[in-house]
Amino acid sequence: MSKAKKQGLIWLLITGGVIGIGAVLLAAFGNPANMGICVACFLRDTAGALGLDSADKMQYIRPEIIGFVLGPFIISLATKEFRPSGGSSPMLRFFISFFVMIGALVFLGCPLRMVLRLAAGDANALVGLAGFAGGIGLGSVFLHKGFSLGRATAQPKISGVVMPAFAVALLVFLLIQPSFIRFSVEGPGANRAPLFLALGVAFVIGALAQRSRMCMAGGIRDAFLIRNFNLLLGYGAVFAVALIANLVMGKFTLGFEGQPIAHTDFIWNFLGMALVGYGSVLVGGCPLRQVVLAGSGNTDAGISVLGMIVGAATAHNFGIAASADGVPANGKIAVGVGFIVLTVIAFACSKVFAGKKVAA
Amino acid sequence: MNRVDARGLSCPEPVLLTKNVMKQFADEGFIVEVSGETARDNVLSFCQGKKRKAEAQAFEDGWRIVVEER
Repeated sequence: MSKAKKQGLIWLLITGGVIGIGAVLLAAFGNPANMGICVACFLRDTAGALGLDSADKMQYIRPEIIGFVLGPFIISLATKEFRPSGGSSPMLRFFISFFVMIGALVFLGCPLRMVLRLAAGDANALVGLAGFAGGIGLGSVFLHKGFSLGRATAQPKISGVVMPAFAVALLVFLLIQPSFIRFSVEGPGANRAPLFLALGVAFVIGALAQRSRMCMAGGIRDAFLIRNFNLLLGYGAVFAVALIANLVMGKFTLGFEGQPIAHTDFIWNFLGMALVGYGSVLVGGCPLRQVVLAGSGNTDAGISVLGMIVGAATAHNFGIAASADGVPANGKIAVGVGFIVLTVIAFACSKVFAGKKVAA
Repeated sequence: MNRVDARGLSCPEPVLLTKNVMKQFADEGFIVEVSGETARDNVLSFCQGKKRKAEAQAFEDGWRIVVEER
C-alpha cells in the first residue's frame, strides 16, 4: 500500500471515529436520541427556525450545520483547495436534492443518522440500509450508462463565499435570537446540545470530512462501480465507534419497536432510504458531503443544500414527513413522485460520456 | 499522448472515464485532466489499484495526471 493511500485511509478512519464518538456525545449532552448528528434532520430544524414551515416541534438553527459549512471553508482556504466552481445542472441538482430530503424525512434520518441508529440497536435502520444500497445500485446503473449532470466551471471567488456567509448569518441569528427566528419549546427541536459544544464538534467533523472526502453514499457506490472499498471504511468506523460508545453508556437497545424518532414501516423505511441513495448518487454525494462541499466553494453543492432545505420545509408543509406513528399517505405519494422525477432525469442525462470526450 | 478531459465532472465520473479509457487504450499511456483534488486522488488511487504508474502535476485548470504506458 502506498503512503498516500495509507494516509487517505487513516484520515477516513479518524473522521469516522470522531463522527461516531461526537454523535453519541452530542446526544448525551442534549441532542435528540439517536440523533447526535443528522444532516437531514438538522437542515429541517433550521428550515423550521427560519419559518419556512410551521412544524413547531422542529425549529432550531442547528449549530452543527454551521460547523459543517465553516469547518471545510477554513480548511479548504488553508490547503488552497478553495476554488469556487459550479454550473453543472444547478436546477436538476436542486430538485434531485429536494427529493433526497423527502426520502430522508420518510425514513427519518440521513445516511449518517441511519448508521447511528443502527449503532444504537435500531433494527429499522437495517431495513433502511438495504434500501439505501438498493437506491445506490440503481443510480450506479445510470452512472455506468454514462449519466452525467455536465461539467462545472470556475466561478467568481465571491460565489463560493455565499454558503459560508449564509452559515455566518445563521450563527448571528442563533446568538442574538431575533423575534422572527423560531425556536421550539418542546419536541426534538427543543432537544439541544450546548451551542458551542455542538458548533465545535461539527467544525472539527466538517474539517476532517473535507480532508478525508467522507461520503456515506460514495462508499457503496464505489464498491459497486470500481470495486473500491475505501470509503466504506469511514462508514465502518462511525458504526464501530458509535456502537462501542452506546454499549459503554448503556444506550444500546436492539429491536424494531419503540426506537426513538423512528417508525417500523418496513416498506417505507426501505423506499425512503432508497430514494436518498438514488438521489445522492446522481448529485455525487450524500447530504453530509453536499454540505461539506458547499463550504469548500462548490456552488452546485450549495444549490443542493438549498434544495434540501426547501424539500424539508415542503415535507412538513404538505404532510409528507414521517413520525413515530408511521408514514402519512402524502409521504408515500411524494416518494413515488420522487422516484419518477429522478428516473426521468437519469434517463435524460445518460448518454454524455460514451467515449465521446476522449480526445486522442 | 491520448488525453481525457474530466475537468469539472463530479464524483465518480473522472474515475469512470479513466476506467473506460484504460480499457480502450489497453497498455498505452494517457493523460487525465481533472479540476479538483478529490478527483485527482480518486484517479491516482484507481490507477494504483490497476497497477498503472501515474503522476499528478498542477496546471492552470487543476491537475494533469499522466498515466504511463506499460
